[in-house]
Amino acid sequence: MSASEAGPFLKIEGVSKSFGSFQAVRDVSLTVEKGEIFALLGGSGCGKTTLLRMLAGFEEPTSGRIFLDGRDMAGVPPWNRPVHMMFQSYALFPHMTVAKNVAYGLKHEKMTRAERDARVAEMLDLVQLTPFAGRKPHQISGGQRQRVALARALARQPKLLLLDEPLAALDKKLREHTQFELMSIQARTGVTFIVVTHDQEEAMTLADRIAVMDKGQVKQVGSPTEIYEFPNSRFVAGFIGSITSFEARVTGREDGLLAVEVPAFGTRVMARDVAGVTEGQAVTLALRPEKLTISKDRPEGPNAVEGMVKDLAYFGKDSLYRISLPSGALVQAHAVNARRGTEAARVADWDDRVWLGFDPGAAIVLAE
Amino acid sequence: MAGSRLSRWFDRKGWSDLIVGAPYIWLLVFFLLPFLVVVAMSVATKTSTAPPISWGGEVPLVSWEAYARVFGDGLYLRAFLTSVLNAAVAMVLCLLIGYPMALGLVRVAPAWRNILLMLVILPFWTSFLLRVYAWMGLMGRNSWFNGMLTDAWNVLVPVDWAVRSIPMMNTNFAVVLVMVYTYLPFMILPLYASLERLDPTLDEAAMDLGSKPARVFWDVTLPQSIPGIIAGGMLVFIPAAGELVIPTLVGNASSPMIGRVISDEFAQARDWPMASAVAVVLLLMMVVPTMLYSHFQARAEGSK
Repeated sequence: MSASEAGPFLKIEGVSKSFGSFQAVRDVSLTVEKGEIFALLGGSGCGKTTLLRMLAGFEEPTSGRIFLDGRDMAGVPPWNRPVHMMFQSYALFPHMTVAKNVAYGLKHEKMTRAERDARVAEMLDLVQLTPFAGRKPHQISGGQRQRVALARALARQPKLLLLDEPLAALDKKLREHTQFELMSIQARTGVTFIVVTHDQEEAMTLADRIAVMDKGQVKQVGSPTEIYEFPNSRFVAGFIGSITSFEARVTGREDGLLAVEVPAFGTRVMARDVAGVTEGQAVTLALRPEKLTISKDRPEGPNAVEGMVKDLAYFGKDSLYRISLPSGALVQAHAVNARRGTEAARVADWDDRVWLGFDPGAAIVLAE
Repeated sequence: MAGSRLSRWFDRKGWSDLIVGAPYIWLLVFFLLPFLVVVAMSVATKTSTAPPISWGGEVPLVSWEAYARVFGDGLYLRAFLTSVLNAAVAMVLCLLIGYPMALGLVRVAPAWRNILLMLVILPFWTSFLLRVYAWMGLMGRNSWFNGMLTDAWNVLVPVDWAVRSIPMMNTNFAVVLVMVYTYLPFMILPLYASLERLDPTLDEAAMDLGSKPARVFWDVTLPQSIPGIIAGGMLVFIPAAGELVIPTLVGNASSPMIGRVISDEFAQARDWPMASAVAVVLLLMMVVPTMLYSHFQARAEGSK
């Protein structure tokens, strides 16, 4: 076994990047395994694109190192990296046909003309664009251009494929379809994908693991489920999905659960224990709308808060309730409309007094 | 209502027709009609009256003699050849000098770009004639410029080849040099315009796919700037081929360019039919390639 097989496939070690006095990326360390789809998720200006450009070789890190398959990438120019990029604008060469675009990277490979043509045909087949081989980029649709860009980036069989907002330029319907297509192409080629996106849904469905970034730093790394169910900070909890959070204070531990005093509730609730928090510490209690139950009677279990239905929005498959608490705070709760019925069959209506309940395991306590 | 009457008067279809038609009227009055006059003169006969032409005499009233001489007399063909050659050399040199400058303008920091663009256009602020005279002074046998080049020459070549001064004035070299100097901005500006539109991510994409920067230029930048090269080339070649002032002032009188020939036929020889015939042939030489280019350009854009 060689050394390169022992370590992680891609290792980003304490990488920072500054442009003048602006620090775009701060001390990022990540590892990505071979064959993974890894997403860098964050708002605009969070440093995700800069990190991607450092992987491609367009920017050199100000400090820190990047290892790909055991090889230090410092000083390696973009044209010598086994890393290809699918640009957000696709960056197809407008003066070349689809086939020439796909063949472009192969010019630098030692292969015969027949081998090259075969590879181009194989790639066009992979993205189902064989009938469009002779067209110019301006003669095909946006979705087709996206597939040409993908075929071009995959043609040289890169070790790592970087995708910069791969679905941002597509309309909603096409986006969902393309998402699954990307996943199936990744599975067939086995190439490691790193996807940069600002769209949490895109990251959740595409990626095996997600790194959530904010202000140049990685806030949390984990699987979509870990990121959603077990966020480690207010930023991550708020960035992924909707959530209602309250100021709270830890009062103690009972039966392996954390007792938390929530002034907005006017009561004490029990939550899943979090390592590192101490009695008396100020924390945030965060609740996902779909983890709350709404009922007319006080629910069983330790966590129950009474309030009044202030607002309700009916979406068909579910309804969103906004419950106002005696303290004036508002809580969002989702109710799935599992049973068919008219308005009269609703659990609660405007101005009804209701009880909110939640499982201790569903309550998220955030120390930072 | 008066207001609506006024607006109706402004909205009348006649106005939009006039606005659309204005350029055509301009072309008709100031290009096509004068050109037809020149064509008519080219088929007239030379006389000693004033004006020195007539269409009289026997039917068919026109004479093709001037055209016969344009294509029959070596003097005119040589003048055409000299013009085309000088203009072509000037165009190629403008391209070779102008392309890196235009590329530099595009790649330089935006703060510098406007200053540098300004410097490219700055020479237009002084009189063209003054600038040609300045070159005449520089190229003259006794100028410091000529002296400096002579010294450099004498250092570089064997003693036998040493010269007292380099003969630059009244040569085709001088004509090309001054034409390159004069027309360089006409090459740089269209090149800049076409290079500036290019998407820099295409360069990154080519690099990402394994091309070194020189290869990126060859594969991506150059092919996409061809419209700019053609536009700049025509803007230099067409006026350079018909150039009159530069060859008159710094050129070799024994191998004149075609502009000089037209001028001499009109003013010295007072042979208006001959001058007109040469002018018509020159125009056709310039117009036909231009029209072909626009035709292909329109077809290429139509397919987008």
